[in-house]
Amino acid sequence: MSLEQPRRDTRLDRYVDTYAERTHGLKVSAVRALFSVANRPEVVSLAGGMPNISDLPLDIIGSKIGELIATRGTQAMQYGSGQGEEMIREQICEVMALEGITGHPDDITITTGSQQALDLVTRTFVDPGDVVLAEAPSYVGALGTFQAYQAQVVHVAMDSDGLQPDALDAAIRSLRAQGRRVKFLYTIPNFNNPSGILMTLERRHRVAEICREAGVLVVEDNPYGLLSLDADPVPAIRSFDAENVVYLGSFSKTFAPGFRVGWALAPHAVREKLVLAQESATLCPPVFSQFAISTYLATWDWKAQITVFKDMYRARRDAMLDGLAEHMPPGTTWTHPKGGFFVWVTLPEGLDAQALLPRAVTNRVAYVPGTAFYADGLGSRNMRLSFCFPTPERILEGTRRLGEVLDAELEIHAMFGIDSTPHPHDSASGPGPDVI
Amino acid sequence: MTSEKVVVLAGGLSHERDVSLRSGRRAAQALRDVGHDVVELDVSSSLLARLEELGRPVVVPMLHGGAGEDGAIRQALELADVPFVGSTSTSARVAFDKAIATPRVAAAGFATPRQIALPDDMFRELGSPTLVAALGRRLGFPMMVKPARSGSALGCTKVERVEDLPAAMVQAYAYGGVAVVETFVTGTEVAVPVVDLGDGPVALPAVEIRPDSGVYDYTARYTAGATRFLAPAELDQDVADRCAELAVGAHRALGLRDLSRTDLIVDGAGTPVFLEANVAPGMTETSTMPLSMEAAGMDLGHVLSSLVSLARQRGAGA
Repeated sequence: MSLEQPRRDTRLDRYVDTYAERTHGLKVSAVRALFSVANRPEVVSLAGGMPNISDLPLDIIGSKIGELIATRGTQAMQYGSGQGEEMIREQICEVMALEGITGHPDDITITTGSQQALDLVTRTFVDPGDVVLAEAPSYVGALGTFQAYQAQVVHVAMDSDGLQPDALDAAIRSLRAQGRRVKFLYTIPNFNNPSGILMTLERRHRVAEICREAGVLVVEDNPYGLLSLDADPVPAIRSFDAENVVYLGSFSKTFAPGFRVGWALAPHAVREKLVLAQESATLCPPVFSQFAISTYLATWDWKAQITVFKDMYRARRDAMLDGLAEHMPPGTTWTHPKGGFFVWVTLPEGLDAQALLPRAVTNRVAYVPGTAFYADGLGSRNMRLSFCFPTPERILEGTRRLGEVLDAELEIHAMFGIDSTPHPHDSASGPGPDVI
Repeated sequence: MTSEKVVVLAGGLSHERDVSLRSGRRAAQALRDVGHDVVELDVSSSLLARLEELGRPVVVPMLHGGAGEDGAIRQALELADVPFVGSTSTSARVAFDKAIATPRVAAAGFATPRQIALPDDMFRELGSPTLVAALGRRLGFPMMVKPARSGSALGCTKVERVEDLPAAMVQAYAYGGVAVVETFVTGTEVAVPVVDLGDGPVALPAVEIRPDSGVYDYTARYTAGATRFLAPAELDQDVADRCAELAVGAHRALGLRDLSRTDLIVDGAGTPVFLEANVAPGMTETSTMPLSMEAAGMDLGHVLSSLVSLARQRGAGA
């Protein structure tokens, strides 16, 4: 063999000097890679935010979709409107009415999941360096979108009643005083991802008022609103403020995420921009998925199906709360969500959820470290546990394993006399789409 | 060209599952490109039955970390009379554990960092403040703290001050019960693959690693563009020769077979210092072994295919 070859000097990426500025922050992370183990059946994954859709009537859906192709296939598999198909926009108005929202089909833009609605809204409003306000903590997928458009995320504190209006007011004033441009507030008032917290009606009114007076748009993301497990429904912010709210909805949690159908309900002028942005991004949202969902809504008792889902999620939520009560070491606290998919755990002082994830994976349990839900590196003492996908038995087992992990970590911390200072982390440690 | 059936084993339950899947995909494709009928399998309770069904073909283990490199899976393959490429379970067990491998390479006459290995229960029994202080005094700063049995730089921390040592130890223990603490070696980071195609182990060209961040951590390893690689490394010929000598020497000292990769640092005096040897070198798009093969004018598929032939000739349990 010949070893006399010219020296190759490479970064293994010939485009490394060509990428846009915003692309440079996109890196592989060890934490993210660990989620690849979390998906193995041996591991109880309390990380994934995937809805459990095994209760859906798959045989009926299958036959309806077959019928759809046979009777309207040439329409359903053709290009469609950039705004989305009219029939589904009308049906979405019925869905939103359940949350007190009066909307017109003309003001709805269909998107590829509400994640794309978030992308279109951010693209429409945000220039690099603009400020987006978000709850602390907030949805990792939204933070990723804001980062991709080079927004600066400023977090606003929450408590058990949701976003704190005084903190919001103070943040807007302070940012304005610094000459910063605040473009919108991003909020998940119903069973916030990751905290599970439900914002009270009084807070919603106050938040809407503050934003309206300050000229700051509200982007209300509501994937979990219809999954209230034992809370009285609280009207959406959009239900009492049609002028200053862009409302994002989704079928991912109430039907199935694989169709990737969501929507944005926006004031007319904004809606026009969103449609143009949608056309430039995709020409039109997936037509077949819209027809499929429209057929489901028209031919199946989807409200009863949501009740089935809620009963299933309630049992899982209760299993998680029982498991945490039994297995968490002293000093650990957690939220008691009345809906949605998630429990937000605060670890005893000194523990770092990101640092102990490898130990958890070794012990065959996984969660998402809290740092993924902050743009500023905070959240090291927190973890998000989801109760949506594993069975109640697996959830109980998962909390047991997690308890062992925390006990071992506490012991080792005590052994080393580790200080209790929270450790900031690189915030680019969020999970992939199967975990969101 | 051959249509011989080969199983590429990748995935597993270790912390490096993601890397292993990437290595497995690339190795599988390289073997297909030279005509093999490749079946890609993950580690599961049905693995041995599946290998039996397939007629016990040669297995190419592309498992990184944990059971993939610590000898456990190889032991199972040996028990099941399945021939495989690479080191035996016994030598994999030795090489994977830095607390065992480093002293063995040192005993063979090669430079290694000074190393102290400590299981976590030692701190429990003897009390941490005394041991931490003693570690600082013995090795000095900066020092490297690593899990004894882990790869891809997971759980590794460079420690500059004694105050930061406990946190680094805790991080290493998150990956396993034994940590090694080593003197930090400053210099040029180099990886030297070794292959043995039947005529004895031969070092391939050294690959020099220059991470943009200054640290060749997980992100620098697996983000394309984040690290500059020079293949062959920009080393004086005598230094390159000594790197090759160290890689082959480590391969022999640890009793490795077929292929390995030794990671080392060339210090300021031009001395190659052993860091670790890998029995399942990464084959990902950003791994050094494929780069080195390319620099040697070798094709990954052909090399793996030759190793498959050797494994078949060796037979099961060998």
